[in-house]
This record gives sequence, C-alpha cells and structure tokens, in this order.
Amino acid sequence: MTYIIYIAFIFMAAGLIFSAIRFVKGPTAGDRTVALDTLTTIGVAALVLLGYVFQRFVYIDVALVYAVLGFIGVIVIARYLEGAL
Amino acid sequence: MSILEIIGGILILIGSAFLFLGALGIFRMPDVYNRLQAGTKATTLGGMSLVLGVGFLEPSWMLKSLIIIIFIAYSNPISSHALARAMYRRGHYPLIKDKDKEKMDAYREVVPHKTKEEEKS
Amino acid sequence: MIYFILISVLVVLIIGAAVYAIRQKDLLYAVIATGIISLILSILFYMLQAPDVALTEAAIGVALTTIIFIITIRNTVRFEDERDKKDKFKSAVK
Repeated sequence: MTYIIYIAFIFMAAGLIFSAIRFVKGPTAGDRTVALDTLTTIGVAALVLLGYVFQRFVYIDVALVYAVLGFIGVIVIARYLEGAL
Repeated sequence: MSILEIIGGILILIGSAFLFLGALGIFRMPDVYNRLQAGTKATTLGGMSLVLGVGFLEPSWMLKSLIIIIFIAYSNPISSHALARAMYRRGHYPLIKDKDKEKMDAYREVVPHKTKEEEKS
Repeated sequence: MIYFILISVLVVLIIGAAVYAIRQKDLLYAVIATGIISLILSILFYMLQAPDVALTEAAIGVALTTIIFIITIRNTVRFEDERDKKDKFKSAVK
C-alpha cells in the first residue's frame, strides 16, 4: 500500500509540473485559466490523499472547502473575459 | 490485505493516472477547446476515482468522500462551460476543417459574438 | 523521501509563480498567478500540520482575493502600459 501511494504522489507532482508549464507558455488568457482549473482539481485530490497518509479525519475538511470554493475564481475570470461581469 | 484495501489501491492508481494524463493533455493539445476537454473531463474522472479510493481504504470516511465527489461533479463542468463560452464570445474559434465550417456557423447565429476585426487582444 | 520530492516541487512552483506575478505586465495573468500561489501555499500549510491556517487560506485566497482583484481590473485598466493613456484610470483614482 505504501508504494501505491508513492506512485500516486509521483504522478500528481508530474501533473503539477505540466500544468505549470502550460500556465507559463499559454498564448491566450483561456489557456492559463484552464491550467488554474486543472491545478485546483489536482490540489483537491492531493489534499485528500495527504489526509489519508496523516491518518487524521479532520483534515478532509480543507479539501471539502477547496472543492466547494475552487471554481468561483474560474467563473469570475470567465465572466470578465466574456465582458458580462 | 482485505478486499477493501485492494479495491481502494486500484482506484487510487486509476485516479492518479488519469490526473497525470489530464495534465499531459493540457501540455500537448493544440487548441483552447482541446485543452478544455483534456483538462476538465479526464481530471474530473481522476479526482472522483481517487477520492472514492480513499473512501474504500478508510470505510468511516466514506460519507465525506461522497460529499467531495458530489462537489467535484458539479463544479468542474460549470467552470468548463463558462470558460468555453467566454472564449467563443471573445472570437477565438476552434481549429476546424473547411468542410465543417457550416456546422459551426449554424451555432454562431445562436450565440452573440465578436468578429475578428472587433477583437484585438 | 517522497514527501521531500513533493515539497521540493511545490516550493519551486510557488517561487516561480511569485516571480511571474511580479514581472508580468498583463495584470489578469498576474491575478491568475496569485490564485496558483494561494493553492500551493494552502497545500504547504497542510503538509506542515496546520489545517486551520490552510482552511483560512483556501477560503480567502481562492475566492475573495480573486473576485476583488478582477473587479478592480474591470474598473481600471488591464495592461500596465495603458495606465497613462486612458482617462478611466485617473477618474477611478480621484
């Protein structure tokens, strides 16, 4: 079980690096916002898995708050790009 | 190892693999809409699978895992749809073949948009 | 060992995002970089066994700061170079 969690963390770290590269390279504002959205979802998954590693039940609340509030920033940026804020 | 731990480990491996593939799709796809497809749908599946796997590993955490899955399942498509709509209205059109232009023009009359000349940045 | 690698990746990403947010001339991209800084800072607080600070950072940093900065950009200008050209910024300052 320990090696499975190691492999999962290596995959998530590689995903963070690729999303950050797309955030730096992206030609338009939409690409950077997509990178922010993907980083948010990978962050929620990493928070849940870290809560399992630390064996604390209370730590899952942080991932819950992030899953609830994480999309508001993307929606506000999208409404600004649309011109209808 | 019990049967729940085996199921949880397999779900965690599938979820982390799909998270990595979603990020790789963001890095390699050529267009904004293709990046939205890769970055939102694959990532939604990966996140839901990984959180469900953690719920199988610790069965007393299953209720909170299901709540997180519900929030991921409604918040990711909302942001994806809002972003695609905003990019279409700004005048960034998808990479498309010439014989398929008419289908996109049929949708263009439904949604108000900017033309190429009005759009500067 | 694996957590050392994860913390190294997160620290490199947060320093890169901070430098990007300072150097960028387009203020919208700087706001998106601020959101990434908030996310990675929340994960780092979480790994340092401080979940209450991570909770506050997640609630304030991702939603409130982004909304306030976007409304500010909407009311002024988006690019730094346009600051002297447009009359809108001067009226907003007064």
